[in-house]
Amino acid sequence: MSEVKKVLFGPILANNPIALQILGICSALAVTSSMSVSLVMAIALTLVTAFSNFFISIIRNHIPSSIRIIVQMIIIASLVIVVDQVLRAFAFEISKQLSVFVGLIITNCIVMGRAEAYAMQNGPVMSFLDGIGNGLGYSAMLMVVAFFRELLGAGKLFGHVVFQTVQNGGWYQPNGLMLLPPSAFFVIGLIIWVLRSAKKEQVEEPEFKIAANSRAQEAL
Amino acid sequence: MASGNESIKKTILVALALCLVCSIFVAAAAVGLKPIQKANKALDRKQNILAAAGMLEPGKSVDELFKRVETRIVNLNTGEFATPEELKAAGINPQTYDQKAAAQNPKLSRALPADEDPADIKRRAKYAPVYLVMSGDKINKIVLPVHGYGLWSTMYGFIALKNDYSTVVGFGFYDQGETPGLGGEVDNPNWKALWKGKEVYNNQGKPVIRLVKGGVNNASPDAIHEVDALSGATLTSRGVTHLVQYWMGKHGFGPFLAKLRSKGVQ
Repeated sequence: MSEVKKVLFGPILANNPIALQILGICSALAVTSSMSVSLVMAIALTLVTAFSNFFISIIRNHIPSSIRIIVQMIIIASLVIVVDQVLRAFAFEISKQLSVFVGLIITNCIVMGRAEAYAMQNGPVMSFLDGIGNGLGYSAMLMVVAFFRELLGAGKLFGHVVFQTVQNGGWYQPNGLMLLPPSAFFVIGLIIWVLRSAKKEQVEEPEFKIAANSRAQEAL
Repeated sequence: MASGNESIKKTILVALALCLVCSIFVAAAAVGLKPIQKANKALDRKQNILAAAGMLEPGKSVDELFKRVETRIVNLNTGEFATPEELKAAGINPQTYDQKAAAQNPKLSRALPADEDPADIKRRAKYAPVYLVMSGDKINKIVLPVHGYGLWSTMYGFIALKNDYSTVVGFGFYDQGETPGLGGEVDNPNWKALWKGKEVYNNQGKPVIRLVKGGVNNASPDAIHEVDALSGATLTSRGVTHLVQYWMGKHGFGPFLAKLRSKGVQ
């Protein structure tokens, strides 16, 4: 049972795919300017990761290693297309906002990474849970980033006005940088800093040591 | 088990089987959901036409409200309503005509040379739909589809004009992929409201309506043709100016609107 718990909830804080493994950054930059869009993206990615892990795990003993990556890609791509089609049919407004990013789940490193690292070695049920777990880790990170970006960038949360902005006659001067993708780098960087301060075991061994009072020539 | 996996026979077999299963899966989803998606698209379009004309009423169904709107096809080359024979020859049904698809069809469109293409649309369809809001047998408002390139995306929208064919009743995009929060503010209701009452044409009949940086100076005589540009979105604003001027100009709906103004509906 503790194994299930570890697989399911480990990726949220202890082994977060974005914060520790630094995977899936691209979409974390792109879609997090609004919370509702991030939420749909998070759900879509969680479902795709879980089911792709599940299906890949089922046929893992029959996948020839020479076409292993292609097989994974086909399964992931099929799932993403299905998700995209379902969104267009039942959540038209949101699918318009997500537009190309749903399709880009295919290239999200988390999906491929989990298929290759976990589903190829483990049974279908555990793989499915691993997909859900990593999806949750991704979702948690996405929601936190989107929370700060939407609040500071537009003064809103889930599209509801929290800080009335100056343009609309309020007091809040929104930070335009927060609406642009690069701001997610700052937010994610700060979150990683906080996480690693709290959980010292996540801090990596530095590859180089910076010596005190060294001059530029000595460093070379 | 794993030892047999590496043979060429097994590799091809797995690849074929997987492709077959996945293609059935994807095709089923795409075909099965198509009707719902189409209905969504059509409904969204109608809703946006009504929104541009300021006719959306909460609690009333879009289809019900849309009954007051008449869809006609305009030949942009001649500036006339397309005759039924003309439409038949071109194989166009006014209710289902898709301007976007027609712009890709060499028979129904032409490529634009760079100097004729300020809105950066590459190809322009020969026919365009227009939506007439009638009161009795007179046109009350007219809704025209416009599109053009912004910063990242082609923006598709509608502009609604009063029956002097110059005063804007409403304006809005239904499909755009500009930067959320900056260029994406073209969807901001406060900004869209600024268009109301502006005039597209000057006294010489030229489409001069444009976005201006730094806010409109209400004291200026041109203020009636000017709308505030979007802050932080210079290129999107420029795109909006270009596309409105293009579609209201002589290569767009200009001749058609001029004829309507002088003749009334036919």
